Amino acid sequence: MRVSRTIATAVIFFISLFILTTEPALASGISKSATSASSTQWWIWPVLLFIVTLVMGIVAVLAGVGGGVLFTPIIGGFFPFNMDFVRAAGLIVALSGSLAAGPGLLKKGMADLRLAIPVALIASSAAIVGAMIGLALPDNITQTTLGIAILAIVAIMLLAKKSEYPEVKKADSLSSALRITGIYHEAATGQDINWKIHRTPQSLITFIFIGIMAGMFGLGAGWANVPVLNLMMGAPLKVSVATSKFLLSITDTSAAWVYINKGAVIPMIIVPSVVGIMLGSFIGVRLLAKTKPSAIKIIVIALLAFSGLRALLKGIGIWT
Amino acid sequence: MSTPESQLKEKQQVAVEAGKRLIATEEQTTYAKILDIGMKIGLIAIIVAFFLYAFGILSPKIPVTEVSKYWGMKSHDYLEAVNIQPGWSWLSMYKHGDFLNFFPIAFLAGLTIVCYVAIIPILIRKKDAIYAVLALLEVLVLLGAASGLLAAGGH
Repeated sequence: MRVSRTIATAVIFFISLFILTTEPALASGISKSATSASSTQWWIWPVLLFIVTLVMGIVAVLAGVGGGVLFTPIIGGFFPFNMDFVRAAGLIVALSGSLAAGPGLLKKGMADLRLAIPVALIASSAAIVGAMIGLALPDNITQTTLGIAILAIVAIMLLAKKSEYPEVKKADSLSSALRITGIYHEAATGQDINWKIHRTPQSLITFIFIGIMAGMFGLGAGWANVPVLNLMMGAPLKVSVATSKFLLSITDTSAAWVYINKGAVIPMIIVPSVVGIMLGSFIGVRLLAKTKPSAIKIIVIALLAFSGLRALLKGIGIWT
Repeated sequence: MSTPESQLKEKQQVAVEAGKRLIATEEQTTYAKILDIGMKIGLIAIIVAFFLYAFGILSPKIPVTEVSKYWGMKSHDYLEAVNIQPGWSWLSMYKHGDFLNFFPIAFLAGLTIVCYVAIIPILIRKKDAIYAVLALLEVLVLLGAASGLLAAGGH
């Protein structure tokens, strides 16, 4: 209860801070409204951005998806920001979330560094290429391909199955050579789970594509990491989810640097987004016990489908 | 070089020693500790820097009322319009509130490099040559991205 009050106070404080800070600018903007309509309303966007990302953070936790995958299509589709800035912000949002979660997941042994290191090397290298492609493409092509990618992600979310403990009869030779194996304690059953993986070469090739998409669209990549780690490689579901979350901190770092170096960083977009998502995630964790995640997940999938369609139609010039 | 069995033994040993059934290797624990401290510093710094910017304590290079003129542009058009060089030119603009925000963002983006550098000696000591090389390669990739060299072709 005390935590909820603290969070509510923080939210009100942040919004008030924005309005108070911008009041003189607003006042001067009003006086100049005859000459510049946009200057009277500029502050609405960062405030809205904070509110939307706050809600996004809550919903993402409840639906069990990464905030990054929601951020780019929704902010890119409905806010007046260029996609370069949106993708950079999306990467930094996903990066901040994974940096915040990483230490706990690593210390508990849920995220596995040995599994993450080879995957991260491939994905982070590919993400640099993806970021360069994204920055080089014209906006309409980026929007169109983003729309297609988001609709494909919706299909993956609807169709992909999950396996708590996939059966891996024999570790493949590459994972044996790399000694990728682990043990984690399953609190629900009280058991220590020994695990190993297979199909490592094929999976590493898949991570090239995942890395490119993460860098190109600034999406984060949990939506793809988890199915590949869990279903393709055979890592237990909890290890896959945790390692995927941690992986984002490495994959998104490399792509984020490309965007930073290309000047695609506007603090007025990035900081409200990062603070909003993180605060929202915190609230979401508190609400998790009281909600039905399956219902929320359906809403998120519908929202993603709508955003994907919006991006696609915006890209091909039907709904600009 | 450690075998899969000895590696598993090490994980189990760590768990027993911790007494909490936490299962993580030495390099994983080291990585986590550095990430934990760095992440907290970075996130606090990003809020402080934005506070200084938003409250006008440090004057911005681009007035806050004018930011909306640029956020709809492609990034290279924006840089040209505000006459800023790409890359690390923000380093010299630390006196401006808006560019001060680049420091914590870059710090967060650079944290992974520090974590990797810290685990390389552990991997070498454990004679885990393959992972030491993989970690070193990751550092090189991230440094390449951070330096701007790997993105030189992108526009």
